[in-house]
Amino acid sequence: MKYFSQLKAALFLVCLIPFGRLLWYGYFNQLGANPIEFITRSLGTWTLVILLVTLSITPLRNRLNWPWLIKLRRMFGLFTFFYALLHFITYIWLDQFFDIGSIFMDVIKRPFITIGFAAFILLIPLALTSTNAMIKRLGGKRWLLLHKLVYIIAIFAVIHYWWLVKKDITQPAIYSAVLLILLGYRVIKPKLK
Amino acid sequence: MLINKIGDIKSSEITEKQLYLSRREFMSTTASSLGALVTGLTAPSLLLGSNEARAVSTSKFNNLRKSTFSTTESMTSLKDVTNYNNFYEFSTDKYTPAQMAGTLNPHPWTVSIEGEVKHKKIYDIDSLIKLAPLEERIYRLRCVEGWSMVIPWVGFPLNELIKQVQPNGNAKFVEFVSLHDPKQMPGQRSGVLDWPYVEGLRLDEAMNPLTTLALGLYGEVLPNQNGAPVRLIAPWKYGFKNAKSIVKIRFTSTPTVSSWMKANPNEYGFFANVNPTVDHPRWSQSRERRIGEFSKRETLMFNGYSDQVAHMYNGMDLRKFF
Repeated sequence: MKYFSQLKAALFLVCLIPFGRLLWYGYFNQLGANPIEFITRSLGTWTLVILLVTLSITPLRNRLNWPWLIKLRRMFGLFTFFYALLHFITYIWLDQFFDIGSIFMDVIKRPFITIGFAAFILLIPLALTSTNAMIKRLGGKRWLLLHKLVYIIAIFAVIHYWWLVKKDITQPAIYSAVLLILLGYRVIKPKLK
Repeated sequence: MLINKIGDIKSSEITEKQLYLSRREFMSTTASSLGALVTGLTAPSLLLGSNEARAVSTSKFNNLRKSTFSTTESMTSLKDVTNYNNFYEFSTDKYTPAQMAGTLNPHPWTVSIEGEVKHKKIYDIDSLIKLAPLEERIYRLRCVEGWSMVIPWVGFPLNELIKQVQPNGNAKFVEFVSLHDPKQMPGQRSGVLDWPYVEGLRLDEAMNPLTTLALGLYGEVLPNQNGAPVRLIAPWKYGFKNAKSIVKIRFTSTPTVSSWMKANPNEYGFFANVNPTVDHPRWSQSRERRIGEFSKRETLMFNGYSDQVAHMYNGMDLRKFF
């Protein structure tokens, strides 16, 4: 891949667009009637999108026979964490305003928050072990096993969205379908060989 | 005396609003006058049509009575009231109805009165507007989703209509049916809810002086996205109870199974009274975000209308009858 570093830099900037868009909207007062809801939903949506992009790297690499794609996976994974973290901060800061009691009640009483919270917590060790040094320290096999957590995280994330919606489940259904394909590929692939 | 009191408190806001409205009116009259002038010059026979259009577009209500039920809290901006709408007949997205609702034609319009009632009849919207003196009623609106607004509705007490049509002894409940026409309401092509949208009240709730048939907001006829031309407002209940674009009011002996009850009976009950102590199964109802404010505020029992409505639910288990 001749222009890999340029491509990676470009994709890095693309991944920052959803964040920049929110700053832009915020600055120009374009966040609508319920800005906190808008920010929370937007960050949540982009977390899910980038998570699914991350999960599509391996299938695409195999199908297209583009081995270099794998070198983008870590960046997308860390952007997933970046947006998940902002989503989480928006919830505890802008939505709940650090009301620990209320957050605690939410986490134990509201299934959609419980599962979203769980997904975020599970994401933390993956982000922390994303460096080359950590891969070495853990050893490839153990590192791979740990990072299989991403499948559970993705399922939790989609359920989180599904349980949040009042009635129109179109959007969560689309994300679920994409996830199903991406996970299904991993189940079927060993049998194809 | 009462009028003075409310008028004095609200003076700054009223000025601002009137300025805004007069600006709007100026613009629309200028536009239609210009239109009439051009039409008049080119095709005099069309002038009448143009005048008719203008009569509909200058849609301000005059001489509104001030309701003693009005809150003195600061009102949600007209922009937010008319751009942040749950109106699934157009879209499940809240910003879309404002853009989509142009397909709704609220004039001509009729509302038929049916069921257990002495005078079954059909009201033309123009005669419905004249049924009782119109009031400005500034009410809190609390959505089941956890946000709220303060909105100056224009309308009259529903009990004025009920007194005219005289429900018979079998009438225990009132059902409100919204328009079902996918051509005018494209969101109805999706099966997200069971169309038409129906809602219901117990007869005593419908007779409560707070309960309003709203025909306008901010002194003007209802914008389409807010449920033109006529909608229900029961301010102590969650917003979804307030059926929009009503075409039928039916008096019944049994309670209505509303569209939301059909959609999810565990989450949406017949009463749907605002109650901070009874959570929605998936989220808390103890607090709410007032649109335009940063921090959340405590949700009040019956949305702050306990004095007017609590007596109707004496002895009822509100956890069971949610």
